[in-house]
Amino acid sequence: MTHKGKKAFLSGNAAIARGAWEAGIRFASAYPGTPSTEILEFLGKYDEIDAQWAVNEKTAMETVIGAAYAGARSICAQKHVGLNVAADPFFTASYTGINAALVIVTADDPGLHSSQNEQDNRNYARMAKMPMFEPSNSQEAKDMVKAAVKISEEYDTPVIIRTTTRISHSEGVVELGERENAPEREFERNMGKYCVLPAIAKKLHEKVEKRTSKLEELSNKSEFNRIEKGDKKLGIITSGVSYQHAKEVFPNASFLKIGMSWPFPSELFQKFAAMVENVIVIEENDPFLEMAVKAAGVECIGKEKIPACSELNPDIIYEALKDFAEAKAPKSAKLVSGVNIPVRPPVLCPGCPHRGVFYTLRKLNCTVTGDIGCYSLGALAPHNAMHSIVCMGASITNALGIEKAMKDKIHGKLVAVIGESTFMHSGMTGLLDTVYNKGRHVTIILDNSITAMTGHQPNPASGKTLKGEPAKVVNLEAVCKALGVDHVTCVDPFDLKQLEETIKTALADPEPSVVITKRPCFLLKSYKPKTYKVSINREKCVKCGMCMKLGCPALEINPEDGKTVINYALCVHCGLCAKVCRPGAITQATEEAK
Amino acid sequence: MTTTNILLCGVGGQGTLLASNLIADCAMKAGFDVKKSEIHGMAQRGGSVVSHVRFGESIASPIIRKGEADIVLSFEELEAIRWAEFLKPDGIVITNSQKILPMSVSAGSEKYPENIPEILSRSSIANICVDAIGKAIELGNQKCLNVVLLGVLAHKLPMIDSILWKESIKEKVPQKLLDLNLKAFDAGWALA
Repeated sequence: MTHKGKKAFLSGNAAIARGAWEAGIRFASAYPGTPSTEILEFLGKYDEIDAQWAVNEKTAMETVIGAAYAGARSICAQKHVGLNVAADPFFTASYTGINAALVIVTADDPGLHSSQNEQDNRNYARMAKMPMFEPSNSQEAKDMVKAAVKISEEYDTPVIIRTTTRISHSEGVVELGERENAPEREFERNMGKYCVLPAIAKKLHEKVEKRTSKLEELSNKSEFNRIEKGDKKLGIITSGVSYQHAKEVFPNASFLKIGMSWPFPSELFQKFAAMVENVIVIEENDPFLEMAVKAAGVECIGKEKIPACSELNPDIIYEALKDFAEAKAPKSAKLVSGVNIPVRPPVLCPGCPHRGVFYTLRKLNCTVTGDIGCYSLGALAPHNAMHSIVCMGASITNALGIEKAMKDKIHGKLVAVIGESTFMHSGMTGLLDTVYNKGRHVTIILDNSITAMTGHQPNPASGKTLKGEPAKVVNLEAVCKALGVDHVTCVDPFDLKQLEETIKTALADPEPSVVITKRPCFLLKSYKPKTYKVSINREKCVKCGMCMKLGCPALEINPEDGKTVINYALCVHCGLCAKVCRPGAITQATEEAK
Repeated sequence: MTTTNILLCGVGGQGTLLASNLIADCAMKAGFDVKKSEIHGMAQRGGSVVSHVRFGESIASPIIRKGEADIVLSFEELEAIRWAEFLKPDGIVITNSQKILPMSVSAGSEKYPENIPEILSRSSIANICVDAIGKAIELGNQKCLNVVLLGVLAHKLPMIDSILWKESIKEKVPQKLLDLNLKAFDAGWALA
């Protein structure tokens, strides 16, 4: 895997992993989350790196901090909201500093391609006083990880690499290098550094402030912050992928290209501002660079023109700054008017074990607090079976709060729905809270034995590790019982009758109860269930529409006669539709399908 | 040197990602700077998916601007018209003739537009509509649809030596599926 000097076509995430490997990183931990997931998957492919899936971002962060204290160059990677979960150890690691290098990747999601909010994690760098790099392509992603390792050890600080979806999931040409052999570092007892008792932390804070001044000097001369001389009329300050988009629209402008964006390179900026007539700040989401520009007392064009919502692209930048543009927008092909193009939102896959759960919850007219995962799609039509989705683990405690507010008005109707991976991430504490504070709602744990939404990462319910080694399988039933839930029932979500009975019994229970629906994700390559052919006798179809309530992509209504047809290009013969078909038009064979 | 922009679109699960990987790989082998951008996460869940592939002397943004695409390579008819406006006025749509109904259509609340190639032609958009899925099924595996479409696309990219396509397929496709995919490429090439 050395290939020094060879070029490869890598995503930002693959380039970060490659940079970590070249920089001699030995340990990595993370919880999966789009768009950061693949970083750990790529790291796991290197023999020299011990990479693992953690149960949540906080445990991952604490583990890499421990590893860095003990002398292993380490990295963790999380999506933007994952850093919220890990924020507690993250802030204090800035005070203690490290021993061997520690790199913290935050992968933000402007445009909310796969997230619940659009927070701009560059603000974390300022708040935690940690240096931060923002790569603008895959090559920089790799180079900046290596620079981060160096700075981390030189300045005794964790270092942030901040990517966005368009950096993590865009690919570009990267020149490969060799792996550096990191020197061994001993872990010695050093109370004044590693034990943040108040009196010690007070001193550490002073150290952090001094470090910040030194890092600002570094930022002013960093190779990643550079002035690109061009047209003096237009001085564009930008970072990350916005730099690449801006280059498309303003190829001849002057640029202050920011790669190390915290601490802000104030002196370099002053030099740039003196060179140009108009300063324009082009950045996604928050006015992070713009605030630094304004704090320096320089007038600029920023968020009053550049949208704060969603991601940027060259078209949006052109539209916002048309008056300054050198060339007109390209003319595009135009579709004749009057063509209605139906939207195509994502749907639960054919064979998804969650489908029957939402069908049943809707049927029982339950109030449902949801959580983060594939099953968030249960909120959409035709299921419409979700009343709230906040963050990882919130389903259970949201439900507890709803009970506290509504009391008898909601008892017997309230259900929290959470995947097994999310339950282990941050649902377990909420369940304990529910038991302790006398909640009585039903918690349904959708156990498909894998973290599915992010692309099938193993978790403690899967029986294997990121490296593919066998691992102990968690006993969720025993966990729930140990937390104080006396009534825990396991059920196959494909057995609709039993599922409905189980949920009804649980709803009637005056104490908190848990239902675990157990069936693997249908897309799991290792899961090869016996399937029995599903077919429809269209003469028996009475157009009652029961099957359509399942929201299965393999079922279609024939516009000519209004009856259901099965699309065999998509059908996986799970048989759920046969179970809900009242007139018996859809049936499932009893012999195994071919 | 001019930049070539190819927008691939389709429905999650159709294999657009492998196709865009192969195009990017060939362009890199042909000596171009290449960038590619796509969104993961929803790709396996039946949503509308799109990949941007750009190559030329030096590429800045990984995103194709509206009106910059030379080719829209669509794996599904409805997606072809959804993304057609990314084309240059003289660009071309290559689409698989398959129709995959969105949930709103299969549930009967919306209509799938009729005769999409005709809509494109009426819009003065050059288009090639091929039964790539039929060809893939004929070859014994509908999953090789993506490589059939690449065969069609290869005709329109004279700057990439045709030998490179097969080289890339050999490198990127698992050994047991190699024969199938090489046949799929030839079948696509013959379709164009």
